[in-house]
Amino acid sequence: MIFHPETHYVRFASLALDCGAALAPVDVAYQAYGRLNAARSNAILILHAFSGDAHAAGINPQTGKPGWWDSMIGPGRAFDTDRYYVVCSNVLGGCRGTTGPSSINPATGQPYAMTFPVITIGDMVRLQKMLVDQLGIERLLAVAGGSMGGMQALQWAVSYPDRVAGVIPIAATARHSAQQIAFNEVGRQAIIADPDWNEGNYYATDRKPARGLAVARMVGHITYMSDTSMREKFGRRLRAKEKYGYDFSAEFEVESYLRYRGSEFVNRFDANSYLYITKAMDYFDLTNGSHSLAGVFARVQARFLVLSFTSDWLYPSYQSQEIVRALRSRNLDVAYCELPSAYGHDAFLVEVEEQAELVRGFLARTLRMQAAA
Amino acid sequence: MSAASALDPPRPRRRHSVREILGRSDYAIISELIEPNSRVLDLGCGDGALLAWLADHKRVDARGVEIDGEKVKRAIAQGVSVYQGDINEALADYPDQCFDYIILSQTLQETRQPLQVLREMLRVGRRAVVAFPNFGHWSVRLAMLFFGRAPKTRLFPYEWYDSPNIHFLSIDDFELLIARERLAVERAYFLAGRRTFRVLPNLLAEVAVYLLRR
Repeated sequence: MIFHPETHYVRFASLALDCGAALAPVDVAYQAYGRLNAARSNAILILHAFSGDAHAAGINPQTGKPGWWDSMIGPGRAFDTDRYYVVCSNVLGGCRGTTGPSSINPATGQPYAMTFPVITIGDMVRLQKMLVDQLGIERLLAVAGGSMGGMQALQWAVSYPDRVAGVIPIAATARHSAQQIAFNEVGRQAIIADPDWNEGNYYATDRKPARGLAVARMVGHITYMSDTSMREKFGRRLRAKEKYGYDFSAEFEVESYLRYRGSEFVNRFDANSYLYITKAMDYFDLTNGSHSLAGVFARVQARFLVLSFTSDWLYPSYQSQEIVRALRSRNLDVAYCELPSAYGHDAFLVEVEEQAELVRGFLARTLRMQAAA
Repeated sequence: MSAASALDPPRPRRRHSVREILGRSDYAIISELIEPNSRVLDLGCGDGALLAWLADHKRVDARGVEIDGEKVKRAIAQGVSVYQGDINEALADYPDQCFDYIILSQTLQETRQPLQVLREMLRVGRRAVVAFPNFGHWSVRLAMLFFGRAPKTRLFPYEWYDSPNIHFLSIDDFELLIARERLAVERAYFLAGRRTFRVLPNLLAEVAVYLLRR
């Protein structure tokens, strides 16, 4: 069944940020699928990864494209919209409807650009909680997401322990590692080095830092794949030729794939959002540098389904296992599985069959436990 | 159990149905030993069939540890909270006395350090339920005497080179360990097929199930 989801917008008067500043006003773009039951007990918040948006499921009527997790969300799917009310919002700092650096600053009438305050995963989650309040949902059945979405899921469990029954962090971490920060920094420097970036003030011009943003995305894509998946997908195959041209055109298929992905990304993503959101990920550390992870989970009540993938070297399994061990030392209810996959970090978007049964079982049990409580 | 059944509303309780569902006599005994509404950790829980049954029929807070990823997936698909990992490592993470029961069903003989596992079980849990195959059974003794080969049982029909079993203990061996460790036996069951034995268990029983505490 094909459905065309609608994007809704809510405006909040202001949002206090971790950096001390406040944003006023703040718009949130979100989509919702399924129906909220009378007890308002079947709501699930889906949290998107770095470059995602509110369009998680269904077919966009303009572009004809499916949502970024369409294979997981819908009637009869893992997040079954016949049973659950599923909400997904664009993150703070994004460029797909929620307030971000490309939004107009009401004080100046100009886009914020680099005057946008630096944001954190905690800020994103605070704004999501305002949306959940607005929707009249007292307690979410679950929060779920992969990668940066998984970090938000963890933040939800810690920030609002009495507002969420089940937490599903997939291919995530409790703190960004040096390697993760390093790759983000390469992406940021690629953008900043592009003269068209112009200190972030490119909105009024017809030149965007397209080359810098494309390079940033190319690096990103490499980290989302694995050696195996790249070997299987591209090998050393040449594109549309049989012999080397002895030049620097995109000869190898992998080159042309990365260039395509890079240039396509420029059309749908804002370079300044790239800077702000990657910075938010890099600041992410549930322990805040001081307490042990187990200490941070002291007030947490939710049950957890933690998933990681064997070939994910960007968010390796040890990071998920660290989360699981800390949860267990708090005697919290946690299920964990390292799923076999060759797709690297992308697996959380691709390995639908692998994840669907586990998510389905976890949600059904969580719903039953909530009903019994 | 199929994944679909996990979505069904809890069935009304039926006595002894666990044997029909799980087809294992030690499971039937264990399910009777566990008090309703208790906290249970099953070590080497397989696909979580026992835990799912306990959660549905006794409203138990059911957790498990299993090393085999495929079994872990089947367990989580049933909604059972299972952690993919090693038994020793899993126990070490838990605080003292945070479970009412720790179950070790037919895996004691597979662990590298059974005594350490047993001690950890009674640190983390108030009670331990231990089920193991009895290699003192008459058929094992006869086979050893007549054929002079490594022990096999009806329930563990492995060749020595592909057996998960690395210890071959008997009920008498286990009783000696319990005495040495000064553990209290609250209940003990000695089984062969559907039969229960009270006399000469070390000779007649294929499986023993103990409920222990410090």
